[in-house]
Amino acid sequence: MKGIIRSFLLTPPEKSSLLNIPRGEVVVKMQGITKRFPGVTANDHVDFELRAGEIHALLGENGAGKTTLMNILYGLYRPDEGEIYVGNRRVKIGSPKDAIKLGIAMVHQHFKLIESLTVAENIALCIEEYKFFSHIQDVKKNIGELSEKYGLRIDPDARVWQLSAGEKQRVEILKALIRRAKILILDEPTSVLTPPEKRELFKILRRMAEEGCGIVFITHKLHEVMEVSDRVTVLRKGRVVATLQTSETNPKQLAKLMLGKEIPLRPITHTASLTYKEAPILEVRNLYVLNDRGSLAVKGVSFEVFAGEIFGIAGVSGNGQRELIEAITGLRKVKLGNIILMGEEVTNRTPKDIIERGVAFIPEDRLNMGIAQDLSISENLILKKYRYTPFSGHLFLNLDHINKWVDKLIKEYNIITPSSRLPAGVLSGGNIQRLILARELSGNPKLIVASNPTRGLDVAATNFVRSLLIEQKKRGVAVLLVSEDLEELLMLADRIAVIFEGKFMGVLPTSKADVNRIGLMMAGIEMAKVRS
Amino acid sequence: MRYRYSSLLRHFGLELKIRVERSSLTSRFTEAMVSTLSVAISLIIAAAIFTYQQIDPIIAYKEIFLSAFGSFDGITYTIVKMIPLLLCGAGLIVAFKANVWNIGAEGQLLLGAIVATWIALFSLKTAPHYISIPTMFALGFIAGGLWALIPAILKIKFNVNEVLTTLMMNHIASKIVEYLIYGPWKGKAAWGFPQTDIFPTNTCIPCIPNTRIHYATLIIAISSALIISILLSRTKIGYEIRVFGIKPEVARYAGISSSRVIILSMLISGGLAGIAGVGEVAGLHHRLRYPWAISSGYGYTAIIVAWLSRLNSIAIVPVSFLLGGLLVGGDTIQVVFRLPVNVIHIFNGLILLCLASGEILLKYRFKIEVKRHGTLVSSSS
Ligand SMILES: Nc1ncnc2c1ncn2[C@@H]1O[C@H](COP(=O)(O)OP(=O)(O)OP(=O)(O)O)[C@@H](O)[C@H]1O
Ligand SMILES: [Mg+2]
Repeated sequence: MKGIIRSFLLTPPEKSSLLNIPRGEVVVKMQGITKRFPGVTANDHVDFELRAGEIHALLGENGAGKTTLMNILYGLYRPDEGEIYVGNRRVKIGSPKDAIKLGIAMVHQHFKLIESLTVAENIALCIEEYKFFSHIQDVKKNIGELSEKYGLRIDPDARVWQLSAGEKQRVEILKALIRRAKILILDEPTSVLTPPEKRELFKILRRMAEEGCGIVFITHKLHEVMEVSDRVTVLRKGRVVATLQTSETNPKQLAKLMLGKEIPLRPITHTASLTYKEAPILEVRNLYVLNDRGSLAVKGVSFEVFAGEIFGIAGVSGNGQRELIEAITGLRKVKLGNIILMGEEVTNRTPKDIIERGVAFIPEDRLNMGIAQDLSISENLILKKYRYTPFSGHLFLNLDHINKWVDKLIKEYNIITPSSRLPAGVLSGGNIQRLILARELSGNPKLIVASNPTRGLDVAATNFVRSLLIEQKKRGVAVLLVSEDLEELLMLADRIAVIFEGKFMGVLPTSKADVNRIGLMMAGIEMAKVRS
Repeated sequence: MRYRYSSLLRHFGLELKIRVERSSLTSRFTEAMVSTLSVAISLIIAAAIFTYQQIDPIIAYKEIFLSAFGSFDGITYTIVKMIPLLLCGAGLIVAFKANVWNIGAEGQLLLGAIVATWIALFSLKTAPHYISIPTMFALGFIAGGLWALIPAILKIKFNVNEVLTTLMMNHIASKIVEYLIYGPWKGKAAWGFPQTDIFPTNTCIPCIPNTRIHYATLIIAISSALIISILLSRTKIGYEIRVFGIKPEVARYAGISSSRVIILSMLISGGLAGIAGVGEVAGLHHRLRYPWAISSGYGYTAIIVAWLSRLNSIAIVPVSFLLGGLLVGGDTIQVVFRLPVNVIHIFNGLILLCLASGEILLKYRFKIEVKRHGTLVSSSS
C-alpha cells in the first residue's frame, strides 16, 4: 500500500516529455512576447530561451519587465502577443496550474506559504493539488531524501512562521523539487538572504542545474550574475538588449547594457564624523522589547545617534532589529527602558506623536507596511502629510495643493508611472521604494530610521538611495540605518553596532571596522573577545 | 483557474474556455456590471422558485414592477420605503469602507424610533414643530450612534468581533421596543394593542400632500448620501477611514488611530440609522409599534443596498429607490399570490450571494474564448 502511495506521490500527473530533455537542449523558448499594461509596455517583443542544465540570469533595472516576463511563463499573465514553446511544443499557459503541469515552478519575491502550517504540511499541500491522497510521513521522508541530495537544511516539522526568509525560500525550492520541476524561476531570490544563506542557495542551484534543471535567476546585481549564471539576458525598458555567455562578458559591459549608458560609478565617499558636540537626537537606554511570539527580542540595548551621523546596525536578520526599530517608531510597546528623542522621553508614545516629532521611517516590509497597494500613488504619498497644512484644512483635504505636490515629488524622485491616480500596487519593486523614500524624506525629518532601504533595488536606484541618505546626513539629520548588507554599512555609516540575539556585541567607528571583525561579531562573539 | 464546459460544447465541436487573469484595475463599468448581473441572476433563480410555487414568474415580476413603479401611488410608496434604506445604507457605506462590519443598522434604527417616541409623547409633546422635529432628528442620530458605539468599544477594547455584537444588539433593541409597547408606554387609547398612543400632530413630520412621503427625512437622506460622498473623498477623516479599511497596518504606520476610525465610522452609520428610525415613527406610523412593523428588516436590506451600489454613495440613491420598489412589490405579491413574507428576503439573500461571488469577477479579468476544433472563433474580455 505504502509503495503505491509513494509511487503516486512521485509521479507527476502528466508524463512530461521534459524529463528526458538532455542538458544543453532548449527547454523553454519565448518568442516575440509583448505585454502591455495601461500606460506601459512591460515587455516589448521579448525573445527568451532557456536550456536544460543552465542557470540563466535575467538582468535589468527596476521596472525593466523581468517579473512580468516570468509571470507570463508561469501563467499569471497572458501575453498580448507572442508564443511560448516548452520542450519544442507550442503551449498556452493559462494559469500557474498549467505551468506546474509543464514542470515549471516559480519562487516569488513574496513567498506563498501558509504560515500556521508546518513545512511538511505546506509541501504536502502543493502535492495534493494533483494528488488526492498523500501521507505526511511519506512527504517527510521525501523531504529528507531531497534535503540530503541537494544539501537543503530544513526541519520538516517547523512551523513556517518560525522560519527565516532564507528558510522559507528553501521550502519553496523543495516544493519545486518534489514536483520534479524541470524549470525553476527565482525572482530576486537573494534580496532576502544573508551572505551565508546566499552561498548556500548558489550551491543548491548549481546542484539542480547539474541534474538537468533549467533555472531562471532574476536579479539586478551584477556580481551575482557573474558568480552563478551560465548565460545572461539583459532587459531594458521591456526589450531584450542582449543575451550573452557569462564567461564572455564582464560587469562593466553588463552595466552598460542594462542602463544604456556608462554607469556613473561615482563611488560614494564621505568622511566619517566622529566628534559630536551637541546632544544626541536619539537616545536609547537599556531597551527591552518583546516580539510577536511574546519572547524577548531586544535585550537591554543602549545607544545614541547624533545629528549629522549615520549610525549603522549590522546583523543577520531576525536578531531583534525589527523589534528595535518598531519600538523607536512607536509601533511596538517597550517592555523596559527608555527612548529619548531630542531630549524628550517618548517611550511608548503613539506612532503619530513620533511622526510629528520629525521621525521618518523607511520600513523593510514595503508591501505590507510601506504602501497600501489598493490606494492610488498620490494617496500613498500623502500618508504622513495629509493631516497638516497646507495639505489640508480643519476638515478638508486640499486636493489642489496635493496634486501639485505629488507631481513635483514624482518628478523629483523619478517614480516611473503614467499617472499618480493608478493604484500603487502596479508599480515595480524599485518604484515602490522610490515612492516610500519620496514620502519619508520630503518632510525635513530630524531622524531617519531606515531598514534595508536598498534591498531589491538596482544599481541606479541603490546609488540614489544611498546618496539621499548621505545628503540628509550632511544636512544635519540623524540616520539610524539597519542593514544586512555589510558593504553598505561600511560605505555609509559613521559608527556600526552589531546586534546578535537582541544584544549589541559592540559599537565601533567605521574606520576601525572591517568585514572579518564584524562578521565574527554577527556570529555572536563580543567585540572585546574579537580584539584579543 | 479554468473552467471547461466541455461535455456540452464538445458535442458541437466547440470548446469554451473562460480564462481568468488577475487584474489590478477595476473600472466603474465592471463594477456596475457585477451589480447588474447579480440582480439578474437572482431574478432568474427567484423565477425558478416562483415556478416551483406554481406561479408564472413573468406575471409575478410584472406585478412587482407595476405595483412599485407603475402608478403614482406605487412610486410614492417606493419612495417611502426608499427613505430608511437610503439613510441606513449611506451610513453603512462609511462603516464598510472602514472595514467595520456593522450588521446592526436594524437595532440602531429602533433606538432612533424609541427616542423619537419619547420626545413626541413625553418630553416635547407641546413644543412647536420647528423645535420638536429637529430635536427628534438630532437625538435620534445620537441614540443610534451611541447604540452602535457599544460594539465599537467592545471591538477596540477586547477585540470582540463586531458582526456578532451588532447582530445581538439588534435583538436587544427589538426586545426593548417590545417591553415599552407592552409595558410602560402602552397606549391608553390603543384598546389593548401593544402600541403607544398616537403622536400629537406638532411632533409628526409633515408629508407631501396626498402622499405618505415625509419629505424632511427624504431631504436628510439624500443630503447625507451627498455629504458622505464628500466626506469619504475629500476630508481627512474620510481618507483615514479608507486607508484603515484597505490596510490597517499601513494606517498604523501612518499614525492613524484605529479607535478613532472605528468609533467615528460606527457613530456615523449608527446615527444615520437612528435618523431613519425617527422618520419611520414620526413620519409614517406616528406611534411606536412592534419592531417588525416599524422596520421590517430595513437595516438588513440596507446592507444589500450598500453593496449593490458598490459602496458608492452617489449610486446608492437610485439603488435604494429600486430596492424600495422591490419591497413594495414584495408586499404586493404576498397579497396577490398569498406568498409567505419571507419570499422577498429570499430574493434579497440571493442578491447578496451573487454580489459576494461577483467580487471574484472584480479581482480577475475574464477572457472568454470559443474554439472550434482548436481554432479560435471568438475572444472577448
Ligand atoms: N499588473 C500591472 N498593472 C499595470 N502595470 C504593471 C503591472 N505589473 C507591472 N506593471 C508595470 O510594468 C513594468 C514592468 O514591471 P516588472 O514588475 O516586470 O518590473 P521588474 O523588472 O520586475 O522590476 P523590479 O526589479 O523593480 O521588480 C513597470 O513599469 C510596472 O509598473
Ligand atoms: Mg520584479
